[in-house]
Amino acid sequence: MTINSLSKSHSPPAVEFKSSTFSVPVLSLANNDLVIIEKLLDEKIKLAPEFFKHSPIVVDLSDVNKKELFINFGDLVACIRKSGLFVIGVRGGNEQQNLEAITLGIPVNTSQSNPETKSDCTKSSTGTPLQVDDGLTFHDSNTVIITKPIRSGQRIYSHGDLIVLAQVGAGAEILAEGNIHVYGSLRGRALAGVQGNTEARIFCLNLQAELISIAGNYKISDDIQGAIANAPIQIYLQKNTLVIKSLV
Amino acid sequence: MARIIVVTSGKGGVGKTTTSAAISMGLAKKGHKTVVIDFDVGLRNLDLIMGCERRVVYDIINVINGEATLHQALIKDKNCNLLSILPASQTRNKDALTQEGIGKILEELAKEFKYIVCDSPAGIEKGAHLAMYFADDAFIVTNPEVSSVRDSDRILGLLASKSRRAEQNAEPIKEYLLLSRYSQERVRSKEMLSLDDVQEILSLDLLGVIPESKSVLLASNSGIPVILDEKSDAGQAYADIVARYLGEKKPHRFIDDKKGFFRKLFGGK
Repeated sequence: MTINSLSKSHSPPAVEFKSSTFSVPVLSLANNDLVIIEKLLDEKIKLAPEFFKHSPIVVDLSDVNKKELFINFGDLVACIRKSGLFVIGVRGGNEQQNLEAITLGIPVNTSQSNPETKSDCTKSSTGTPLQVDDGLTFHDSNTVIITKPIRSGQRIYSHGDLIVLAQVGAGAEILAEGNIHVYGSLRGRALAGVQGNTEARIFCLNLQAELISIAGNYKISDDIQGAIANAPIQIYLQKNTLVIKSLV
Repeated sequence: MARIIVVTSGKGGVGKTTTSAAISMGLAKKGHKTVVIDFDVGLRNLDLIMGCERRVVYDIINVINGEATLHQALIKDKNCNLLSILPASQTRNKDALTQEGIGKILEELAKEFKYIVCDSPAGIEKGAHLAMYFADDAFIVTNPEVSSVRDSDRILGLLASKSRRAEQNAEPIKEYLLLSRYSQERVRSKEMLSLDDVQEILSLDLLGVIPESKSVLLASNSGIPVILDEKSDAGQAYADIVARYLGEKKPHRFIDDKKGFFRKLFGGK
């Protein structure tokens, strides 16, 4: 009876599982010295404080474990937490570390090649670089080339560099984890280094953008006005400030 | 092979229906069997501009719903027997349009007509989407002002991503720019964007410039497509546009005193 009455009502279910993909930075550790780790983290975060603020992060322990360096997982999480980051996962951890992670409420990523799975299939997997590398290098070489004008309302994302051989209209948005090149007028929004790459640059032939951003540091149209118009320019980060400079 | 032309703009009031009426009449006058379809369900106007509002019995929604055959709904134009009109419904809204229904209608029309002109409603919602979805060519009607130009840019983006040709990875829709309500005086006094400005923003092939003209309003009010007013500047502009679309070379007119310069720019087509 109850089941019947439930199925009759058309209200949506209270819980629904949906699959979704997120892009999260991975913190790869090569050292077990928490003091050094904390210092380096602080330095890195100072470069793009807004980008790293409350940012989720996955810790990769495979290098540390490969070198057989001991690291206390609880202390490590506390150290990372101090710099304002949230650890939301661990990969490449050994049995002890994974156990500690679970007790701290941090999920363990078992799909990655960690020492345990490796020892299960020693011969086949050791020494193959593809196994150790998890595809990150592939992403770096993922350059996207667009040959047609990018129109208002369109959005283009590149996991590497983005090269546009036409104009970018007002109201369009182009994003790249690497550099952005626009061989035409840039009137829309251009965001380079969206995953925190502070070395990323933006190049364009005519800057009339609504917004430009590198690794979270941005300038809006009002701030750009008065900058070099109608000339090829580059934009890069220098001490957390965007610098717009003529290329000729 | 029938050619499906969508007349679209994004923004309202820029002259889509005037353009649809004029170019469909122009194509028919050139001896091509043409049909013009009103996609503006709920706000139909094409029948008024074409002067056939008193002869509407069935409309496109009746055809989609199977309440009338396509031939019952088609209205023969009184000025040119090669031109037919498929009116929109005034009592329904755009939700009554279905992609499947439109697809079937276009398929059937393509057997009989050389050119199918789709008069798109304003906006980017269902009506406009379905009007452009099956298109082979797109006439982008733009006024020389910033909001109209930006809306056209948006429409161009949708044409490149949300059309049948885009989904099937076929050759993309051929896009043409029609700059309407152009006033040389107002460009000179900087009230309007110049043709140069619009072309720079949209980077699109110019099919023609239609000057701001009293004759357009007069033609609309009397229900005769402006292209039939051969003495008017707007009528001549549309005649040029049809000729250029059909491959004739005609110099651009109604632009500015810098005529020599534009001839050079556009190779005098």
